[in-house]
Amino acid sequence: MKAAVLGGTRGMGRALARRMVERGDWVTVLGRDGEELSRSVADLSARATPGTQVHSAVCDLEKTAQFGPALEAADHAMGGLDVVVVTAAVFATQDKLEDDAALTQKLLTVDFANTIVFCEEARKKLLGKGKGTLCVFSSVAGDRGRKPVVLYGAAKAGLSHYLEGLDHKFRQQGLKTVCVKPGFVRTGMTDGLKAPPFAGEPDEVAAVVLQAIDEGTPVVYVPPIWRLVMTAIKALPRFAMRRVGF
Amino acid sequence: MYEYLMSHSPEPQVSGWGNLPGPGREVRAEDLTQVWDAPLFRGLARSYGDSSLPPPSRPVVVSTVLADRVLKFDESTGILRAECGLSLAELNRAFLPRGFFTPVTPGTQFVTLGGMVAADVHGKNHHVEGCFGQHVTRLKMRVGSGQVLECGPDLEPELFWATVGGMGLTGHILEVEFQMARIPSPWIWMESERVPDVDTYVRKLKEAAPEWPMTVGWIDCLSTGKNMGRGILMKGRWAHPAQAPQHFPRPLPNLVFPFTAPQFLLGRQTVQAFNFGYYWKHFRKKHERIVDPFSFFYPLDFVRDWNRAYGPRGFTQYQCVLPESAGEGAARRFLEVLTRRGGASFLCVIKDCGPQGKGLLSFPMKGMSIALDIAVRDNTQALIDDLNAFVIAEKGRMYLAKDAFTRKEDFEKMEPRLAEFQRVRQKWDPTFKFKSAQSIRLLGDPP
Ligand SMILES: Cc1cc2nc3c(=O)[nH]c(=O)nc-3n(C[C@H](O)[C@H](O)[C@H](O)COP(=O)(O)OP(=O)(O)OC[C@H]3O[C@@H](n4cnc5c(N)ncnc54)[C@H](O)[C@@H]3O)c2cc1C
Ligand SMILES: NC(=O)c1ccc[n+]([C@@H]2O[C@H](COP(=O)([O-])OP(=O)(O)OC[C@H]3O[C@@H](n4cnc5c(N)ncnc54)[C@H](OP(=O)(O)O)[C@@H]3O)[C@@H](O)[C@H]2O)c1
Repeated sequence: MKAAVLGGTRGMGRALARRMVERGDWVTVLGRDGEELSRSVADLSARATPGTQVHSAVCDLEKTAQFGPALEAADHAMGGLDVVVVTAAVFATQDKLEDDAALTQKLLTVDFANTIVFCEEARKKLLGKGKGTLCVFSSVAGDRGRKPVVLYGAAKAGLSHYLEGLDHKFRQQGLKTVCVKPGFVRTGMTDGLKAPPFAGEPDEVAAVVLQAIDEGTPVVYVPPIWRLVMTAIKALPRFAMRRVGF
Repeated sequence: MYEYLMSHSPEPQVSGWGNLPGPGREVRAEDLTQVWDAPLFRGLARSYGDSSLPPPSRPVVVSTVLADRVLKFDESTGILRAECGLSLAELNRAFLPRGFFTPVTPGTQFVTLGGMVAADVHGKNHHVEGCFGQHVTRLKMRVGSGQVLECGPDLEPELFWATVGGMGLTGHILEVEFQMARIPSPWIWMESERVPDVDTYVRKLKEAAPEWPMTVGWIDCLSTGKNMGRGILMKGRWAHPAQAPQHFPRPLPNLVFPFTAPQFLLGRQTVQAFNFGYYWKHFRKKHERIVDPFSFFYPLDFVRDWNRAYGPRGFTQYQCVLPESAGEGAARRFLEVLTRRGGASFLCVIKDCGPQGKGLLSFPMKGMSIALDIAVRDNTQALIDDLNAFVIAEKGRMYLAKDAFTRKEDFEKMEPRLAEFQRVRQKWDPTFKFKSAQSIRLLGDPP
């Protein structure tokens, strides 16, 4: 399998890219910082099984003009492309976002609008090849409007919605869409937040996601227990939701 | 729930492996250049006491575990360079199947390269390979001025040897380059034997040294009289490919100790039963076999968070090294001090130590090391004081990576190298930017 991973420099993307090269998948890491990219390429190359190729290309989610060329570069470097993964995103607490309109705009742009613009490029690229898998990290925060994640959750809800539509429309034509919904995972993104029960580690998430990519599972919660947690939260009536803090 | 998710804990506390908390907060950072002003770095917090706890005046410690990329690996030389937060567990997962292993491993794989350098860890092969620092070729670190520089045995050697075993007090270790060991197969040829008492144990341990690259053993420190210190001695070497199974060993299953054990489970009877069982489980007197490296090197990693088994008051490990001058009966006399105080330990491990390394505060010296896990009780301080008095009289020392109770005066008596360490440390960090709860307690750093 030949995969481009936008966000492979850190967190769950890093863990996933490692699992891929360890079993012999070829990977092109996409990210915004050249130095970070070359360190990640070194890491993946050292771990890769012999004969596995690792590349990188610059792609900043704030710069839409880079999306097409980055995917093209990945395709060209590996001589093919059948999986595109997006883990890249930004996060900020609701309090911080409410006080900072510029940050809010940036988050909504990166996590929603530009992620979808990137996915559209990936869709065209993969469909152009006849088939492929697009695996995008959304969030449980998009499953229900909630006080602590009003804005971030809104972006992720929109993203989840898009991914579902994409899956319905294009699966027949060969494009499998995998929407990953992490609960709480201990990465740099969640540093400083108090970990709840069922917090996961990036590597355990990576194992589940890799399997979902292999099988083309449309929606996957990680760690899997979060499916249950969110089922309960989604079932809460509105008046109850208004009262609770989560 | 999310409110709970999102809130910072109200009274932040951090602790090491012994679950003895101190004030502080841990932050994780992938990009270690962003956290240049932190007083202390730490890895997976597998040191037992307060060596990875920040000073109360600047209660923040940076966890390096997200900075875990391999930066360079040369298959032909075995030289590997990585960010300091890379864990041995990851290293083993990636490189054991390719025939490479760390030259020195402690008894758990949940440690980071940075922690292995800072504590200059030793393993079952100390009598042959020395400590981990001996195999390090380069460190990239940030010193007191904020400058980032490289050091090694042949580059700023003073700083290098103060950092090896220096418990994070000379600066932030950012990258570690070291020589991996090439192994003939991923399996261990092991011989284990039941030994009737501590004197026989020590004699056999020393006899095994020239022949076996790895030795370790466990003794029962509750049985008294004739049986005092009966135990199991284990000797091992990497198996020859012809002896070894063809498949790769399966990593240990990962069980989790689910809760903090209630106090009553930790009494003397439990310890006695555990030791009795462990001894007689080894039914045959002598036993030779092929084992996987995980159960050989990391028998305790099998249960994650096993430190919870020690209950709400936490525990400490007392580890000391007794020099050869203490004589063959030293282990027995040590055990007598322990039993006099009614000390009970689930595990008592005695290891052989080769010559002292160059790390200015590195723990091992030629002789033997004894390690005990001790659940914290009202009399723990008195017990540790007694053990320290014995160790001082025998000209030994205790291990900083395990310590939580030693008094400053006692540490000074054990550590003739301290003045030299402090001199080098001050040269690179004149304002005591880097310090830990432990360095305040033992080295007299300003709080
Ligand atoms: C079950 C078990 C078995 C063990 N067996 C052995 C053994 O056989 N031999 C042995 O020698 N030890 C042993 N240890 C102790 C352990 O190897 C050491 O305490 C080691 O330092 C832990 O590594 P860590 O990454 O968890 O470091 P921490 O515990 O997080 O930190 C230890 C020290 O290193 C410093 N440090 C860590 N990273 C950095 C960095 N990047 N820059 C600067 N300073 C840093 C910290 O400030 C602290 O002083 C054992 C521990 C356990 C729990
Ligand atoms: N962690 C959780 O608990 C959690 C929960 C729910 C959902 N999620 C979602 O899961 C995904 C992965 O999260 P994570 O925890 O692994 O995050 P992370 O560790 O913070 O990694 C984020 C990645 O996104 C990249 N990135 C950020 N902004 C970018 C931009 N403008 N252009 C290109 N790349 C950019 C970062 O690259 P740089 O190296 O350049 O910074 C980094 O590789 C995200 O979509 C997140 O929203 C996470």
